[in-house]
Amino acid sequence: MTQAIERPGADAPVVNRPQKANRPWIVEFASSAVGKKWIMALSGLGLIGFVIAHAFGNLKMYFGPEDFDHYAESLRTLFYPIIPRTWTLWGMRIGLVVLFVAHIGSAISLTRMNQHARPTKYASPRSYIAANFASRTMRWTGIIVALYLVFHLADLTWGFANPDFVRGDAYDNLVASFERVPVAIIYIVSNIALGIHLFHGAWSMFQSMGINSPRYNGARRAIAAGVAGAITIVNVSFPLAVLFGIVG
Amino acid sequence: MNVLKLTLEVWRQDGPDAAGGFETYAVEIPDDASFLEMLDKVNEELFRAGKEPITFDHDCREGICGTCGVMIDGQAHGPQKGTATCQLHMRQFRSGQTIKIEPWRAAGFPVVKDLMVNRAAFDRIVESGGYITVTTGAAPDANEIPVPKDASDSAMDAAACIGCGACVAACPNSAANLFTAAKMQHLNLLPQGQAERWSRSEAMVEKMEEFFGSCTNHGECQEACPKEISIDFIAMMNRDYAKAKLVNRRRLGERKVG
Repeated sequence: MTQAIERPGADAPVVNRPQKANRPWIVEFASSAVGKKWIMALSGLGLIGFVIAHAFGNLKMYFGPEDFDHYAESLRTLFYPIIPRTWTLWGMRIGLVVLFVAHIGSAISLTRMNQHARPTKYASPRSYIAANFASRTMRWTGIIVALYLVFHLADLTWGFANPDFVRGDAYDNLVASFERVPVAIIYIVSNIALGIHLFHGAWSMFQSMGINSPRYNGARRAIAAGVAGAITIVNVSFPLAVLFGIVG
Repeated sequence: MNVLKLTLEVWRQDGPDAAGGFETYAVEIPDDASFLEMLDKVNEELFRAGKEPITFDHDCREGICGTCGVMIDGQAHGPQKGTATCQLHMRQFRSGQTIKIEPWRAAGFPVVKDLMVNRAAFDRIVESGGYITVTTGAAPDANEIPVPKDASDSAMDAAACIGCGACVAACPNSAANLFTAAKMQHLNLLPQGQAERWSRSEAMVEKMEEFFGSCTNHGECQEACPKEISIDFIAMMNRDYAKAKLVNRRRLGERKVG
Protein backbone atom coordinates (compact mmCIF):
# COMPACT_ATOMS: atom_id res chain seq x y z
CA MET A 1 0.00 0.00 0.00
CA THR A 2 1.04 3.59 -0.24
CA GLN A 3 3.07 5.13 2.51
CA ALA A 4 1.45 7.11 5.29
CA ILE A 5 2.73 10.65 5.48
CA GLU A 6 1.60 12.45 8.60
CA ARG A 7 3.25 15.82 8.02
CA PRO A 8 0.74 18.67 7.78
CA GLY A 9 0.31 19.92 4.23
CA ALA A 10 1.66 16.66 2.84
CA ASP A 11 -1.71 15.31 1.75
CA ALA A 12 -2.70 14.74 -1.85
CA PRO A 13 -2.61 17.96 -3.88
CA VAL A 14 -5.83 18.89 -5.64
CA VAL A 15 -4.90 19.20 -9.29
CA ASN A 16 -8.31 19.49 -10.94
CA ARG A 17 -11.34 21.23 -9.53
CA PRO A 18 -13.59 18.73 -7.71
CA GLN A 19 -17.08 18.14 -9.11
CA LYS A 20 -19.67 20.47 -7.65
CA ALA A 21 -22.30 18.70 -5.59
CA ASN A 22 -25.97 18.26 -6.51
CA ARG A 23 -25.94 18.88 -10.22
CA PRO A 24 -28.16 16.98 -12.66
CA TRP A 25 -26.69 13.56 -13.51
CA ILE A 26 -26.16 14.47 -17.15
CA VAL A 27 -24.11 17.56 -16.23
CA GLU A 28 -22.03 15.52 -13.79
CA PHE A 29 -21.46 12.89 -16.47
CA ALA A 30 -20.48 15.39 -19.16
CA SER A 31 -18.06 17.21 -16.86
CA SER A 32 -16.20 14.07 -15.77
CA ALA A 33 -13.24 12.86 -17.83
CA VAL A 34 -14.69 9.35 -18.15
CA GLY A 35 -17.96 10.94 -19.34
CA LYS A 36 -16.06 13.07 -21.86
CA LYS A 37 -14.41 9.94 -23.21
CA TRP A 38 -17.91 8.50 -23.65
CA ILE A 39 -18.88 11.65 -25.56
CA MET A 40 -15.76 11.31 -27.71
CA ALA A 41 -16.53 7.65 -28.38
CA LEU A 42 -20.19 8.23 -29.26
CA SER A 43 -19.53 11.29 -31.43
CA GLY A 44 -16.57 9.46 -33.00
CA LEU A 45 -18.85 6.54 -33.82
CA GLY A 46 -21.31 8.91 -35.50
CA LEU A 47 -18.50 10.56 -37.46
CA ILE A 48 -17.10 7.18 -38.55
CA GLY A 49 -20.61 6.35 -39.80
CA PHE A 50 -20.62 9.59 -41.81
CA VAL A 51 -17.13 8.94 -43.22
CA ILE A 52 -18.12 5.42 -44.32
CA ALA A 53 -21.35 6.65 -45.96
CA HIS A 54 -19.50 9.57 -47.61
CA ALA A 55 -16.74 7.31 -49.01
CA PHE A 56 -19.26 4.72 -50.19
CA GLY A 57 -21.44 7.34 -51.88
CA ASN A 58 -18.43 8.84 -53.66
CA LEU A 59 -17.62 5.47 -55.23
CA LYS A 60 -20.38 6.45 -57.72
CA MET A 61 -17.76 8.57 -59.51
CA TYR A 62 -16.43 5.32 -60.99
CA PHE A 63 -19.82 4.85 -62.70
CA GLY A 64 -19.46 8.13 -64.59
CA PRO A 65 -20.78 11.74 -64.45
CA GLU A 66 -24.52 10.92 -64.74
CA ASP A 67 -24.53 8.47 -61.83
CA PHE A 68 -22.37 10.69 -59.66
CA ASP A 69 -24.40 13.87 -60.28
CA HIS A 70 -27.61 11.92 -59.79
CA TYR A 71 -26.28 10.65 -56.44
CA ALA A 72 -25.29 14.22 -55.43
CA GLU A 73 -28.75 15.53 -56.32
CA SER A 74 -30.44 12.59 -54.53
CA LEU A 75 -28.86 13.75 -51.27
CA ARG A 76 -30.94 16.94 -51.56
CA THR A 77 -34.12 14.99 -52.16
CA LEU A 78 -33.51 12.33 -49.52
CA PHE A 79 -36.88 11.13 -48.09
CA TYR A 80 -38.69 13.52 -50.49
CA PRO A 81 -41.69 13.96 -50.68
CA ILE A 82 -42.27 12.88 -47.06
CA ILE A 83 -39.71 15.48 -46.00
CA PRO A 84 -39.34 18.69 -48.07
CA ARG A 85 -36.38 19.01 -50.44
CA THR A 86 -32.94 19.54 -48.72
CA TRP A 87 -34.43 19.32 -45.23
CA THR A 88 -32.91 15.88 -44.57
CA LEU A 89 -29.56 17.09 -45.90
CA TRP A 90 -29.66 20.11 -43.61
CA GLY A 91 -30.69 17.89 -40.70
CA MET A 92 -27.65 15.70 -41.30
CA ARG A 93 -25.40 18.75 -41.63
CA ILE A 94 -26.61 20.13 -38.30
CA GLY A 95 -26.12 16.68 -36.76
CA LEU A 96 -22.54 16.58 -38.06
CA VAL A 97 -21.77 20.02 -36.67
CA VAL A 98 -23.07 18.89 -33.27
CA LEU A 99 -20.90 15.74 -33.43
CA PHE A 100 -17.80 17.73 -34.41
CA VAL A 101 -18.35 20.29 -31.66
CA ALA A 102 -18.84 17.52 -29.07
CA HIS A 103 -15.81 15.57 -30.29
CA ILE A 104 -13.40 18.51 -30.57
CA GLY A 105 -14.72 20.23 -27.43
CA SER A 106 -14.16 17.10 -25.31
CA ALA A 107 -10.74 16.59 -26.87
CA ILE A 108 -9.63 20.13 -26.00
CA SER A 109 -10.89 19.85 -22.44
CA LEU A 110 -9.25 16.42 -21.89
CA THR A 111 -5.97 17.58 -23.46
CA ARG A 112 -5.80 20.51 -21.07
CA MET A 113 -6.52 18.21 -18.14
CA ASN A 114 -3.74 15.85 -19.25
CA GLN A 115 -1.24 18.67 -19.67
CA HIS A 116 -1.99 19.82 -16.11
CA ALA A 117 -1.53 16.28 -14.85
CA ARG A 118 2.19 16.14 -15.67
CA PRO A 119 3.80 19.53 -15.08
CA THR A 120 7.36 18.11 -14.98
CA LYS A 121 8.26 15.94 -17.94
CA TYR A 122 10.59 12.95 -17.78
CA ALA A 123 14.19 13.78 -18.65
CA SER A 124 14.90 10.41 -20.24
CA PRO A 125 13.27 9.57 -23.54
CA ARG A 126 10.22 7.39 -22.98
CA SER A 127 10.48 3.93 -24.46
CA TYR A 128 6.81 3.26 -25.11
CA ILE A 129 5.75 -0.36 -25.34
CA ALA A 130 2.02 -0.34 -26.03
CA ALA A 131 1.42 3.23 -27.16
CA ASN A 132 1.74 3.28 -30.94
CA PHE A 133 2.27 6.02 -33.48
CA ALA A 134 -1.48 6.38 -34.02
CA SER A 135 -2.35 6.70 -30.34
CA ARG A 136 0.37 9.25 -29.64
CA THR A 137 -0.45 11.45 -32.63
CA MET A 138 -4.25 11.62 -32.18
CA ARG A 139 -4.06 15.33 -31.37
CA TRP A 140 -2.05 16.12 -34.52
CA THR A 141 -3.92 13.84 -36.93
CA GLY A 142 -7.13 15.33 -35.47
CA ILE A 143 -5.94 18.88 -36.18
CA ILE A 144 -4.86 17.91 -39.72
CA VAL A 145 -8.28 16.37 -40.39
CA ALA A 146 -10.09 19.45 -38.98
CA LEU A 147 -8.06 21.85 -41.16
CA TYR A 148 -8.53 19.59 -44.16
CA LEU A 149 -12.27 19.53 -43.52
CA VAL A 150 -12.45 23.33 -43.78
CA PHE A 151 -10.43 23.23 -47.01
CA HIS A 152 -12.57 20.40 -48.39
CA LEU A 153 -15.76 22.41 -47.77
CA ALA A 154 -14.22 25.52 -49.32
CA ASP A 155 -13.12 23.45 -52.29
CA LEU A 156 -16.16 21.32 -53.12
CA THR A 157 -19.13 22.67 -51.15
CA TRP A 158 -18.73 26.45 -51.00
CA GLY A 159 -16.40 26.50 -54.01
CA PHE A 160 -14.21 29.53 -53.32
CA ALA A 161 -11.03 27.40 -53.16
CA ASN A 162 -11.78 26.04 -56.61
CA PRO A 163 -11.67 28.60 -59.51
CA ASP A 164 -13.59 26.27 -61.86
CA PHE A 165 -16.39 25.63 -59.35
CA VAL A 166 -19.91 25.47 -60.78
CA ARG A 167 -22.66 24.96 -58.21
CA GLY A 168 -24.45 21.64 -58.74
CA ASP A 169 -21.90 20.14 -61.16
CA ALA A 170 -20.49 17.76 -58.59
CA TYR A 171 -18.54 15.55 -61.00
CA ASP A 172 -16.89 18.38 -62.99
CA ASN A 173 -15.99 20.24 -59.79
CA LEU A 174 -14.33 17.16 -58.39
CA VAL A 175 -12.30 16.52 -61.53
CA ALA A 176 -11.30 20.20 -61.79
CA SER A 177 -10.17 20.11 -58.17
CA PHE A 178 -8.18 16.87 -58.20
CA GLU A 179 -6.44 17.71 -61.50
CA ARG A 180 -4.43 20.29 -59.55
CA VAL A 181 -1.52 18.21 -58.20
CA PRO A 182 -0.98 20.21 -54.95
CA VAL A 183 -4.69 19.84 -54.12
CA ALA A 184 -4.56 16.10 -54.84
CA ILE A 185 -1.57 15.85 -52.46
CA ILE A 186 -3.52 17.70 -49.74
CA TYR A 187 -6.37 15.21 -50.16
CA ILE A 188 -4.07 12.18 -50.08
CA VAL A 189 -2.02 13.30 -47.05
CA SER A 190 -5.12 14.35 -45.09
CA ASN A 191 -6.90 11.07 -45.78
CA ILE A 192 -3.88 9.11 -44.61
CA ALA A 193 -3.96 11.24 -41.41
CA LEU A 194 -7.65 10.40 -41.09
CA GLY A 195 -6.82 6.69 -41.46
CA ILE A 196 -4.19 6.91 -38.71
CA HIS A 197 -6.67 8.79 -36.50
CA LEU A 198 -9.31 6.10 -37.07
CA PHE A 199 -6.87 3.26 -36.45
CA HIS A 200 -6.60 4.31 -32.81
CA GLY A 201 -10.02 5.96 -32.52
CA ALA A 202 -12.07 3.03 -33.74
CA TRP A 203 -10.33 0.74 -31.23
CA SER A 204 -10.25 3.25 -28.38
CA MET A 205 -14.00 3.78 -28.77
CA PHE A 206 -14.74 0.21 -27.62
CA GLN A 207 -12.56 0.66 -24.56
CA SER A 208 -14.06 4.06 -23.62
CA MET A 209 -17.57 2.63 -23.75
CA GLY A 210 -16.60 -0.50 -21.85
CA ILE A 211 -17.32 -2.81 -24.79
CA ASN A 212 -14.93 -5.45 -23.63
CA SER A 213 -15.24 -9.20 -23.43
CA PRO A 214 -12.77 -12.05 -23.90
CA ARG A 215 -15.19 -13.38 -26.51
CA TYR A 216 -14.60 -10.56 -28.98
CA ASN A 217 -11.65 -8.48 -27.72
CA GLY A 218 -9.45 -9.90 -30.46
CA ALA A 219 -11.89 -8.63 -33.08
CA ARG A 220 -11.80 -5.03 -31.83
CA ARG A 221 -8.31 -4.33 -33.20
CA ALA A 222 -9.21 -6.07 -36.45
CA ILE A 223 -12.40 -4.00 -36.84
CA ALA A 224 -10.49 -0.77 -36.21
CA ALA A 225 -7.72 -1.70 -38.66
CA GLY A 226 -10.28 -2.84 -41.25
CA VAL A 227 -12.40 0.31 -41.00
CA ALA A 228 -9.35 2.61 -41.05
CA GLY A 229 -7.74 0.71 -43.93
CA ALA A 230 -10.87 0.50 -46.07
CA ILE A 231 -11.76 4.18 -45.63
CA THR A 232 -8.20 5.29 -46.38
CA ILE A 233 -7.90 3.15 -49.53
CA VAL A 234 -11.27 4.28 -50.91
CA ASN A 235 -10.70 7.98 -50.14
CA VAL A 236 -7.12 8.07 -51.42
CA SER A 237 -8.23 6.30 -54.61
CA PHE A 238 -10.37 9.31 -55.69
CA PRO A 239 -7.63 11.90 -56.25
CA LEU A 240 -5.35 9.18 -57.66
CA ALA A 241 -8.06 8.09 -60.10
CA VAL A 242 -8.39 11.67 -61.38
CA LEU A 243 -4.60 12.19 -61.56
CA PHE A 244 -4.14 8.98 -63.55
CA GLY A 245 -7.07 9.74 -65.83
CA ILE A 246 -9.31 6.85 -64.71
CA VAL A 247 -11.94 9.41 -63.69
CA GLY A 248 -12.36 12.63 -65.64
CA MET B 1 29.60 -13.49 -10.85
CA ASN B 2 29.87 -10.56 -13.15
CA VAL B 3 30.64 -7.09 -11.88
CA LEU B 4 28.99 -4.23 -13.73
CA LYS B 5 30.48 -0.77 -13.92
CA LEU B 6 27.62 1.67 -14.25
CA THR B 7 27.07 5.39 -14.37
CA LEU B 8 23.92 6.54 -12.63
CA GLU B 9 22.13 9.81 -13.23
CA VAL B 10 19.87 10.23 -10.24
CA TRP B 11 17.26 12.91 -9.61
CA ARG B 12 18.13 14.76 -6.38
CA GLN B 13 15.67 17.17 -4.80
CA ASP B 14 15.97 18.43 -1.21
CA GLY B 15 12.27 18.85 -0.55
CA PRO B 16 8.83 19.30 -2.11
CA ASP B 17 9.43 22.96 -2.96
CA ALA B 18 13.15 22.76 -3.76
CA ALA B 19 14.41 22.78 -7.32
CA GLY B 20 15.85 19.42 -8.30
CA GLY B 21 18.48 18.21 -10.71
CA PHE B 22 20.43 15.16 -11.81
CA GLU B 23 23.60 14.04 -10.00
CA THR B 24 25.99 11.54 -11.56
CA TYR B 25 27.40 8.60 -9.60
CA ALA B 26 29.71 5.77 -10.62
CA VAL B 27 28.96 2.36 -9.13
CA GLU B 28 30.40 -1.14 -9.37
CA ILE B 29 27.86 -3.82 -8.57
CA PRO B 30 27.59 -7.62 -8.99
CA ASP B 31 24.95 -8.49 -11.57
CA ASP B 32 22.99 -10.64 -9.11
CA ALA B 33 22.24 -7.64 -6.90
CA SER B 34 18.78 -6.15 -7.08
CA PHE B 35 18.23 -2.61 -8.29
CA LEU B 36 17.52 -1.38 -4.76
CA GLU B 37 20.63 -3.13 -3.41
CA MET B 38 22.55 -1.21 -6.03
CA LEU B 39 21.06 2.03 -4.70
CA ASP B 40 21.90 0.85 -1.14
CA LYS B 41 25.52 0.48 -2.16
CA VAL B 42 25.60 3.97 -3.65
CA ASN B 43 24.06 5.30 -0.44
CA GLU B 44 26.65 3.58 1.77
CA GLU B 45 29.40 5.16 -0.27
CA LEU B 46 27.69 8.55 -0.05
CA PHE B 47 27.25 8.09 3.69
CA ARG B 48 30.92 7.21 4.16
CA ALA B 49 31.89 10.28 2.20
CA GLY B 50 29.73 12.37 4.52
CA LYS B 51 27.15 13.17 1.85
CA GLU B 52 23.37 12.97 1.94
CA PRO B 53 22.18 9.52 0.77
CA ILE B 54 19.58 9.20 -2.00
CA THR B 55 16.05 8.99 -0.59
CA PHE B 56 13.91 6.31 -2.18
CA ASP B 57 10.84 4.37 -1.06
CA HIS B 58 11.14 0.66 -0.34
CA ASP B 59 9.77 -1.83 2.11
CA CYS B 60 9.17 -5.54 1.59
CA ARG B 61 11.65 -5.96 -1.29
CA GLU B 62 9.74 -9.00 -2.50
CA GLY B 63 7.34 -7.31 -4.88
CA ILE B 64 4.19 -7.46 -2.77
CA CYS B 65 3.96 -4.16 -0.88
CA GLY B 66 3.97 -1.57 -3.67
CA THR B 67 6.22 0.85 -1.81
CA CYS B 68 9.16 0.96 -4.19
CA GLY B 69 9.12 2.30 -7.70
CA VAL B 70 11.26 4.61 -9.78
CA MET B 71 11.44 5.52 -13.43
CA ILE B 72 14.47 3.74 -14.92
CA ASP B 73 15.52 5.04 -18.36
CA GLY B 74 11.96 6.15 -19.08
CA GLN B 75 10.34 2.88 -17.99
CA ALA B 76 8.38 2.53 -14.78
CA HIS B 77 10.01 -0.21 -12.65
CA GLY B 78 12.63 -0.68 -15.36
CA PRO B 79 12.88 -2.88 -18.42
CA GLN B 80 11.62 -6.18 -16.98
CA LYS B 81 7.90 -6.90 -17.40
CA GLY B 82 5.73 -7.81 -14.45
CA THR B 83 8.11 -6.86 -11.65
CA ALA B 84 8.47 -3.99 -9.20
CA THR B 85 11.80 -2.17 -8.91
CA CYS B 86 12.86 -4.38 -5.97
CA GLN B 87 12.50 -7.50 -8.11
CA LEU B 88 14.53 -6.03 -10.94
CA HIS B 89 18.06 -7.43 -11.01
CA MET B 90 21.20 -5.82 -12.31
CA ARG B 91 21.65 -8.63 -14.83
CA GLN B 92 19.08 -6.72 -16.89
CA PHE B 93 21.79 -4.10 -17.49
CA ARG B 94 25.18 -4.29 -19.12
CA SER B 95 28.51 -2.93 -17.97
CA GLY B 96 29.34 0.59 -19.08
CA GLN B 97 25.67 1.59 -19.31
CA THR B 98 24.36 4.93 -18.07
CA ILE B 99 21.09 4.58 -16.18
CA LYS B 100 18.82 7.56 -15.62
CA ILE B 101 16.72 7.29 -12.46
CA GLU B 102 13.78 9.63 -11.91
CA PRO B 103 10.84 9.76 -9.51
CA TRP B 104 7.27 9.16 -10.77
CA ARG B 105 6.19 12.35 -12.51
CA ALA B 106 2.61 13.48 -11.96
CA ALA B 107 0.94 16.54 -10.49
CA GLY B 108 -0.96 14.14 -8.21
CA PHE B 109 2.33 12.64 -6.97
CA PRO B 110 4.46 15.57 -5.75
CA VAL B 111 8.10 14.74 -4.99
CA VAL B 112 8.78 14.51 -1.24
CA LYS B 113 12.54 14.13 -1.60
CA ASP B 114 14.82 12.75 -4.33
CA LEU B 115 13.08 9.65 -5.71
CA MET B 116 10.28 9.54 -3.13
CA VAL B 117 6.84 10.82 -4.12
CA ASN B 118 3.72 11.40 -2.06
CA ARG B 119 1.07 8.92 -3.18
CA ALA B 120 -1.60 10.07 -0.73
CA ALA B 121 -3.90 10.69 -3.72
CA PHE B 122 -4.26 6.89 -4.04
CA ASP B 123 -5.40 6.69 -0.41
CA ARG B 124 -8.01 9.38 -1.07
CA ILE B 125 -9.35 7.40 -4.05
CA VAL B 126 -9.58 4.20 -2.02
CA GLU B 127 -11.28 6.06 0.86
CA SER B 128 -13.87 7.52 -1.52
CA GLY B 129 -14.82 3.96 -2.48
CA GLY B 130 -16.24 3.56 1.01
CA TYR B 131 -16.91 0.11 2.31
CA ILE B 132 -18.57 -3.16 1.39
CA THR B 133 -21.50 -4.77 3.09
CA VAL B 134 -20.38 -7.90 4.89
CA THR B 135 -21.93 -9.50 7.92
CA THR B 136 -19.76 -9.28 10.99
CA GLY B 137 -19.66 -11.75 13.84
CA ALA B 138 -18.76 -15.38 13.35
CA ALA B 139 -16.96 -16.20 10.11
CA PRO B 140 -19.52 -17.13 7.43
CA ASP B 141 -19.52 -20.67 6.13
CA ALA B 142 -17.39 -21.19 3.06
CA ASN B 143 -19.40 -20.91 -0.17
CA GLU B 144 -22.37 -19.48 1.70
CA ILE B 145 -22.53 -16.76 -0.96
CA PRO B 146 -22.12 -18.31 -4.40
CA VAL B 147 -19.49 -16.52 -6.48
CA PRO B 148 -19.15 -17.53 -10.14
CA LYS B 149 -15.67 -18.87 -10.85
CA ASP B 150 -15.00 -16.40 -13.70
CA ALA B 151 -16.02 -13.42 -11.57
CA SER B 152 -13.97 -14.68 -8.64
CA ASP B 153 -10.85 -15.13 -10.79
CA SER B 154 -11.31 -11.74 -12.38
CA ALA B 155 -11.79 -10.06 -9.00
CA MET B 156 -8.58 -11.69 -7.78
CA ASP B 157 -6.71 -10.38 -10.85
CA ALA B 158 -7.89 -6.86 -10.03
CA ALA B 159 -7.13 -7.28 -6.33
CA ALA B 160 -3.49 -8.02 -7.18
CA CYS B 161 -2.94 -4.24 -7.42
CA ILE B 162 -0.28 -3.19 -4.90
CA GLY B 163 -0.86 0.55 -5.41
CA CYS B 164 2.72 1.35 -6.45
CA GLY B 165 1.75 4.10 -8.90
CA ALA B 166 3.60 2.71 -11.93
CA CYS B 167 0.42 3.05 -14.02
CA VAL B 168 0.31 6.80 -13.36
CA ALA B 169 4.05 7.09 -13.95
CA ALA B 170 3.95 5.20 -17.25
CA CYS B 171 0.81 6.90 -18.57
CA PRO B 172 1.58 9.73 -21.02
CA ASN B 173 -1.33 11.61 -19.37
CA SER B 174 -0.54 10.71 -15.74
CA ALA B 175 -3.93 9.04 -15.51
CA ALA B 176 -4.72 6.74 -12.60
CA ASN B 177 -7.46 4.82 -14.39
CA LEU B 178 -5.79 1.41 -14.06
CA PHE B 179 -5.29 1.80 -10.30
CA THR B 180 -8.82 3.10 -9.75
CA ALA B 181 -10.35 0.47 -12.01
CA ALA B 182 -8.50 -2.34 -10.21
CA LYS B 183 -9.55 -1.09 -6.77
CA MET B 184 -13.13 -0.57 -7.92
CA GLN B 185 -13.61 -3.73 -9.95
CA HIS B 186 -12.31 -6.21 -7.40
CA LEU B 187 -15.35 -5.18 -5.36
CA ASN B 188 -17.78 -4.52 -8.24
CA LEU B 189 -17.27 -8.04 -9.59
CA LEU B 190 -18.26 -9.82 -6.39
CA PRO B 191 -21.71 -10.26 -4.85
CA GLN B 192 -20.45 -8.74 -1.59
CA GLY B 193 -19.66 -5.53 -3.45
CA GLN B 194 -23.03 -5.10 -5.19
CA ALA B 195 -24.86 -3.07 -2.57
CA GLU B 196 -22.55 -0.05 -3.03
CA ARG B 197 -21.59 -0.77 -6.62
CA TRP B 198 -23.04 2.35 -8.26
CA SER B 199 -22.22 4.84 -5.53
CA ARG B 200 -18.68 3.45 -5.38
CA SER B 201 -18.22 3.69 -9.15
CA GLU B 202 -19.31 7.33 -9.18
CA ALA B 203 -17.36 8.39 -6.11
CA MET B 204 -14.08 6.74 -7.06
CA VAL B 205 -14.03 8.04 -10.63
CA GLU B 206 -14.86 11.59 -9.57
CA LYS B 207 -12.27 11.50 -6.76
CA MET B 208 -9.63 10.13 -9.15
CA GLU B 209 -10.22 13.00 -11.56
CA GLU B 210 -9.34 15.54 -8.85
CA PHE B 211 -5.72 14.38 -8.97
CA PHE B 212 -4.90 12.78 -12.30
CA GLY B 213 -5.21 13.04 -16.08
CA SER B 214 -7.58 11.15 -18.33
CA CYS B 215 -7.25 7.82 -20.10
CA THR B 216 -6.53 7.89 -23.84
CA ASN B 217 -6.27 4.10 -24.16
CA HIS B 218 -2.56 3.87 -24.94
CA GLY B 219 -2.19 0.72 -22.81
CA GLU B 220 1.17 1.78 -21.33
CA CYS B 221 -0.13 1.21 -17.79
CA GLN B 222 -0.71 -2.50 -18.19
CA GLU B 223 2.80 -2.88 -19.63
CA ALA B 224 4.31 -1.09 -16.62
CA CYS B 225 2.13 -2.77 -13.98
CA PRO B 226 4.23 -5.10 -11.81
CA LYS B 227 1.08 -7.20 -11.32
CA GLU B 228 0.20 -7.11 -15.05
CA ILE B 229 -3.32 -5.89 -14.40
CA SER B 230 -5.29 -5.65 -17.64
CA ILE B 231 -6.83 -2.49 -19.11
CA ASP B 232 -9.98 -4.61 -19.43
CA PHE B 233 -10.72 -3.35 -15.92
CA ILE B 234 -10.61 0.24 -17.21
CA ALA B 235 -13.30 -0.68 -19.75
CA MET B 236 -15.37 -2.21 -16.93
CA MET B 237 -14.95 0.97 -14.90
CA ASN B 238 -15.99 3.18 -17.84
CA ARG B 239 -19.11 1.10 -18.23
CA ASP B 240 -19.92 1.06 -14.52
CA TYR B 241 -19.45 4.83 -14.32
CA ALA B 242 -21.95 5.44 -17.15
CA LYS B 243 -24.33 2.88 -15.67
CA ALA B 244 -24.02 4.50 -12.25
CA LYS B 245 -25.43 7.69 -13.76
CA LEU B 246 -28.29 5.94 -15.54
CA VAL B 247 -29.29 2.94 -13.51
CA ASN B 248 -32.41 2.76 -11.36
CA ARG B 249 -30.84 1.94 -8.04
CA ARG B 250 -34.08 0.65 -6.60
CA ARG B 251 -33.56 -2.37 -8.87
CA LEU B 252 -30.08 -3.09 -7.55
CA GLY B 253 -31.06 -6.48 -6.17
CA GLU B 254 -31.98 -7.71 -9.64
CA ARG B 255 -28.55 -7.25 -11.09
CA LYS B 256 -26.48 -10.28 -11.91
CA VAL B 257 -22.77 -10.54 -11.25
CA GLY B 258 -20.23 -10.74 -14.03
